[in-house]
This record gives sequence, structure tokens and C-alpha cells, in this order.
Amino acid sequence: MRKTTASQDFIRGIWEENPVLIQMLGLCPALAVTNSVANALAMSAATFFVICCSSVLVSSCKRFIPKEVRISAYILVIATFVTLADMLLQAYAPVQHKELGAFIALIVVNCMILGRQEAFSAKNNVYRSLLDAIGTGIGFTIALVMMGGFREILGTGSFLEFSLFGPNFEPWVIMVLPAGGFLTLGFILLAMGFFEQRKKAKQAQTAEASS
Amino acid sequence: MSEETTRKDVGTPETPEVPETKSASTFRLVATLAVAGALAGLLIVMVNQHTKPIIDEYKAEQLRIAVYEVLPDVERYNTYYLVDDSLSLTLPEGAKESDYKRVYVGYDTLGEIKGVAISRGESGFQDVVMVIFGFDPATGKLTGMKVLDSKETPGLGDKIFKDQVFVDQFFAGPETPLVGVKIGAGKGKPNEIDTITGATISSKVVIDIINHGLEEWGPILDKGIPQESTQ
Repeated sequence: MRKTTASQDFIRGIWEENPVLIQMLGLCPALAVTNSVANALAMSAATFFVICCSSVLVSSCKRFIPKEVRISAYILVIATFVTLADMLLQAYAPVQHKELGAFIALIVVNCMILGRQEAFSAKNNVYRSLLDAIGTGIGFTIALVMMGGFREILGTGSFLEFSLFGPNFEPWVIMVLPAGGFLTLGFILLAMGFFEQRKKAKQAQTAEASS
Repeated sequence: MSEETTRKDVGTPETPEVPETKSASTFRLVATLAVAGALAGLLIVMVNQHTKPIIDEYKAEQLRIAVYEVLPDVERYNTYYLVDDSLSLTLPEGAKESDYKRVYVGYDTLGEIKGVAISRGESGFQDVVMVIFGFDPATGKLTGMKVLDSKETPGLGDKIFKDQVFVDQFFAGPETPLVGVKIGAGKGKPNEIDTITGATISSKVVIDIINHGLEEWGPILDKGIPQESTQ
């Protein structure tokens, strides 16, 4: 039996098991709505809200949910919070809501959220589950904002609609189109793989040197 | 804790499996889901009651902007409700506004009727597409079109409001009823609208909404729009 500390539960989702960049979960929103930083932030905020609320509720009600219907119960919990997020966004951020359209409703089927419920919240206490959810939510936000930043800067020459390069910049339109999402994700993963490999090589070297 | 031990901890189940319990009775399974469903419904209703007024207010504001957009030559407009097959500025006592169909009649500075805007929804590829369009009742030509609400496929169907070339066709004063044609297949008639490649269904929905709206309202508007009461 392995135990993790509270800080590990928190950090894990942010980097070492980043839902998008390492676990490759929740790629649909990561590709679809990251054509601008504002959209990425709105999507992250909605997902963050859903995953935190769901984790707290699932971990606090885990005693009452028979294991035969646990998945249905988790989906029900997630769907409820997604509907709430949908209505709240529509009321307080109507522009973003219009822009994100159907993707808000699709948070229900984001396997990143269901995955955290099944793998963590169903087996841990409320405090740890909340930490795990916050970590995962932040990790998701980092990944989305990173992609949204790349795509908006290259695709429209601005960051959060603040123009960066002046009027002479020729926007790289492909980056805000769906193909740009795949390209960006591909390059980010490539870079991560490259650094991971270098780190491993260095570790092997130091291990060899010390032995 | 050293780097080595930290790394071993990741990627593994954190705590032991839930202990195997005796499988629950069918009644308990159904009851759990029913209670959870009821609670979920209650929560949604509560939040909906809080957010609905805000959403409605925003939609009304958007509608006001949209009416002026699809009726470019208009200085101000009145909302006419369809009460017992005739147009009326006021609703019967105690009636709910949302139960009545309506048109927006726009006037120029001299008080002449310059255009009529109608909003209408029909099923699109995913969900109901809400469109508002304006036309000049004197000539029957369209003056504009705006998609108010749609859940059409991002990247394809959403071109009905994102593709400026498609949208601009409705502002160029086409004659009605509209006919949707594939790009390049048109014969240059004044009532042709080029549909969007890859979003034929969504484009046709917009065209259908406008045609059906005109069919429905044409006879009513032909009977004449009542004079405004002098204020």
C-alpha cells in the first residue's frame, strides 16, 4: 500500500500527471476551444468548477453509492454541475458562453473528470479529493492557456485581445483553425518529450558517474 | 524525500480498493439513483431561478441590438403582438408576453414604416436555430439577417453566422422567397442564396426559417399594420 502526502495529491495533477499533456485526457476541449486565451480561460474555469464540486460531492457521498451504480451516479453528479456551470456562464459571461457553445455541455463526457472521480475521489476523503481536483483543474488550465496563448499569439497576433505586434503583423490564420490546435498540441508534446529524454539521460549519466 | 522515492509514487492507485461488500439490493440501486436525480433536479431548478432573469435581460438587450442590425434604415421600432389574428401594440390584460408571437416594425425619422423584423426558430443540424431577419414590406426584399442562437457544429455549421460572405448575401437585398443554391450552380437570379459548402443543412435552415416566416406573417402584414397611437 502506497501513501501519498497531501502536497503530492495537489502537485501531481499540475505537472507530473498533467491531465492533458501527460495523461492525454480531455483532449477534445483542449483542441477545440483553445483558439484564444479568453476561451481557454472560460473553458478551464467551467471545468475547474465542475471537477472541484464533483470531487467533493463524490468523496463525501461515497458511502451511500452502491458500487453497481457508481458510474451512473458520478455521471449524474458531473452532469448536474455542468448544467449549473452552463447556466452561470450564460448569465455572467454570455460572450464566452456563445463562443464555447456546445463544448460546455460536452464537459460531461470529459473523461478527465470521470477519471478523477473513479480513481481518486471514490477512495479518498473530502480534503484530499478537493486537493486532487484543484491540482488537476490547475493542470488542465495550464495546458489550455498554454495552447490558447500559442494559438492566439501566432494566429491573430494578440494576447487576451491585446495586440502585440502592431498592424504590420500578418496573422497565421491556420493556428486559430482546428488544424492549428493539432499542430500546437503536437509541438508542445514534442518539446515535453525532448526535455524529458534529456533529463533522463542526465540522470543516467550522474548515476553512472556516482557508481 | 529524495527524487527517487517521489517518482515511484506517481501513476499508481493511491489507496487500496474499496473493500468488497455484499452486492446491494435492486431497490437500493434504484433508490440511490432516484434520490440523486431528485436532488440534482432541485439544485438545477434553484440555480435556474436565479440565472434566468439575468439571461433573459441579456437576451432582450441582444434582440434590441439585432433588430437595428437587420433593419439598417430604421430610426426606432415598435413591437407588435399577434392577438387574435391581428397586430396589437398591447397585450390582453394578464397575458404572458412570452405566449404571443410578435413582429418588430421599424420606422424612419418621418414615421414611415421602413422595415419589419421577425425572429423565428426551427430545428437545425443539432438544436433549434434562432434567426432574426428584416425585410421591407413595400418591396419584399430582405434587409438583413442575424443568427441569434445556434448550437450548430463549431467549424462547419457555425459558418451560418461566422462566414461573412454567406451573411452578407442577406444584407444585399435579395428578393423573397429565397432559394438556396450550391456555390456556382446559381443562375444569377435575385432570390438566390449560395449555401455554405460543408454546411448545406445549416444554410438551408436559415433560408427555410426566412421563407416560412414570410409565409406565416405575409398575410397578416398585408392586412395592414395598425397606426401608432399618437403620444
